Formats: sequence, C-alpha cells, structure tokens
Amino acid sequence: MRITQGCFSYLPDLTDEQITAQVEYCLRRDWAVGIEFTDDPHPRNTYWEMWGHPMFDLRDAKGVLMELHDCRTAYPDSYIRLNAFDNTRGFETVMMSFIVNRPAEEPRLHMTRTEGPGRSIRYTHTVRP
Amino acid sequence: MDATPIRTVDLAAEYESSGVAEVLEELDRELVGLAPVKQRIRETAALLLVDRARRALGLALETPTLHMSFTGNPGTGKTTVALKMAGLLHRLGYVRKGHLVSVTRDDLVGQYIGHTAPKTKEVLKRAMGGVLFIDEAYYLYRPDNERDYGQEAIEILLQVMENNRDDLVVILAGYADRMELFFQSNPGFRSRIAHHIEFPDYSDAELSRIAGQMLGDQHYILSDGAQAALNDYIRLRRQQPHFANARSIRNALDRARLRQANRLFTTARGPVDATMLSTIEEEDIRSSRVFAGGLTIDRVLEEERA
Repeated sequence: MRITQGCFSYLPDLTDEQITAQVEYCLRRDWAVGIEFTDDPHPRNTYWEMWGHPMFDLRDAKGVLMELHDCRTAYPDSYIRLNAFDNTRGFETVMMSFIVNRPAEEPRLHMTRTEGPGRSIRYTHTVRP
Repeated sequence: MDATPIRTVDLAAEYESSGVAEVLEELDRELVGLAPVKQRIRETAALLLVDRARRALGLALETPTLHMSFTGNPGTGKTTVALKMAGLLHRLGYVRKGHLVSVTRDDLVGQYIGHTAPKTKEVLKRAMGGVLFIDEAYYLYRPDNERDYGQEAIEILLQVMENNRDDLVVILAGYADRMELFFQSNPGFRSRIAHHIEFPDYSDAELSRIAGQMLGDQHYILSDGAQAALNDYIRLRRQQPHFANARSIRNALDRARLRQANRLFTTARGPVDATMLSTIEEEDIRSSRVFAGGLTIDRVLEEERA
C-alpha cells in the first residue's frame, strides 16, 4: 500500500531532477534541509532517524543530493524524507517535508475499530507486511 | 527545445552579454599590478568563452578541467583573485552559484580516526556549485608522518575533483616552492589541475599605490611627509623577515591609524576638524619599529645566527 505523507505524496515519485529543483527552492528561502529515514511508516511515528546533521550552510542542492545518495545506498529499503526547516523567529519549524525513497514492497496500514461504551468507536492503526 | 541548429556564435556579443567584460574591468580597476596574473585570467576567460561557443555548436561535450593552482608569496592577492575567478566562472556558467569557500588544512583534516572524511565532505558539500579555495594546500600532505590524516582528505578531494567537475572548481594556493614539492609528491593533483597561475611580488611603487587605495577607501589621507615616510617604510620592511606584501602594508596602515588616533587624543587642544581626523602625519609612520630595524626578537635571532 502506497504511504502518503508530506508534500507531493499523491504524485508519482519525484525524480532526482525534481528533487533538486525542490531543494533549490528550499535553499533559496534559507531553509535548512535535513534527511531522515525509517522502516516504520506508521503515521504516529513522527521522529524518524536522522541521516547526519541538518545542512544549514549549503548554497547548492548538490550537497543534499550527495547525502541522499549515500543514505539510499545505506538504506535502500527504508522510507527516506527531506525536511526543510525554517529558523526564522516566529516560525522555527519544518516548512516542507516530502518522501524521496520508498521500499520496493511497501507494508500495509491496517485499521482496527474498537467499540466503546455508548456506541463510541476508537480507531488504531497497525503496520503489517 | 530549439529546433533550428545554431550555426554561428558571435563571440563579441557573448563576451558582452555574459558579463565577463565587467569582471575583467573590475579586476583591472581594483587590483594594482599583477600584470601576468591578469593576462592569464584574460586568457582563461577567452578559452572558456570559446569552449562555451564550441559546446553551443556541438563541437565539444566534456566539461573542461577548471581546477587551478595559485602560487605566490603571502599578500600577493591570491584570495582576492580567487573571489573574482569565482564570479567569472559563474558568469560563464561553469559553476552554478559562484560563491567562494575558503579553507585551510584545519577545516579539512580531523583530529582522530574517522573524523577526517565527514569533515572534508562537509566542506565539499558547502562548496558545491561554487569554488573551493584551499589556502596553503601543501599542509595537507605531511611526508614526515605516514599516518597523518591529511592523506585521507587528499584522496577524497581527488575523487571529487574528478567526479564532480560540473559541480565545483578547486583552487589550491600557496608558496611556489612548497606547492611544487606538494605536486611532486601528489602527482594526482598535478594531472587534475589545468591552470597554474603565478603571483609575482609587488614592486615598491605598486605597494605605495595599494596603500593609497586602502587609505582612500577608509577616507584617510597622507601628508606629504607621511607619503615619503611610507615609501621609506616599504623599502625597509621588504628586507625584514615575515614580509607579506600588501598584507604587511595593511597592517602598517592599521598601526599608523592607531598612532594617529593616539596622537590626536593626547595632543589635541580644543575641537578637531575633519582634515585633522583624516590626515596621517609623518610621525605616525616614522615611529614604527621597522625604522629601528624591526622586531627586537628578530634582531636578536639575527645576531645569534651571525
């Protein structure tokens, strides 16, 4: 099942050229780009593993693409995403985040409904292979 | 895409529109002397312009090797010229961003095992799309210590210089004789560097003009006596150790400004006007240690050797 998280996730996977263009956009806005990866795509798993430090002093997207290449080589079967962080006072948050690598075989997200008192229903999700 | 193939390229128009002319004029205007360097840069610019035209016509496909080495004594303008070179390469479209990242051994080589590669890669990432300027590059290689981590940085650099020729240009800089030794012991570098540019020392007259320019930028003027004193100073300073061309002059002027401020502060009675505040007098320069034969420590060392 195709996981949809962050920007562009309803589009076909971005090519490296398109990723470069997006990173250029982030760098033009002085956002720091960080690379993160995980094998657990559960929507509640907010904190993915960091691949190196966020890159605060780049001028060109090539630096990010080099790191992305290394990360893909090390974890070809993981989800990898790029986060663009804006350190402007008042924002200080991730402004853009998109997935740049997926495993060949994606796991399924399965939903469980639990009936509670007064016909209320609680939902939980589990990741299944 | 353009359907009609281009058959001719107007070099003069390219020269004007690319902004190369501007950079070269700037170079001529802002840098005193350095005639051979300017000549080489003009030649390089011509080569790149022609190469670009050839590529537009489909005659050349490969990106030319643009890595350079700047050799010359300290204070001869290597960093300044590197900055201009970055602008030039950017205008010609050979680097995407055209910024200059200036580093030395300390920025590339780590302190312990496994520290060097990430450090070097960090710098390379920062330099992508621009020019990486490695000052005193020969310090990367320490022949007396075979376990020196510099070798690791050299290998990463060589690899990137070869594989990422589209992404960055590396300029190695340093003293001529030590660079020569460095290239001899690292033939990989020599073969990857296409342009060797030598920076000559400045003549006394050129240094005097540089001093005038530096002071002019800061709105100071020299009195006639001070101008003569400065000329004497340049002549004497050149014979003393640690002479660093324009950098020595800049430091001398900084100290002269300090003495001028001190003189005004201690002697001025009543209000001072703009002329007084901006004039450097003969005594401000004459009281330099250079006129007393240089630093005491250097004189002592000299006497011991004699």
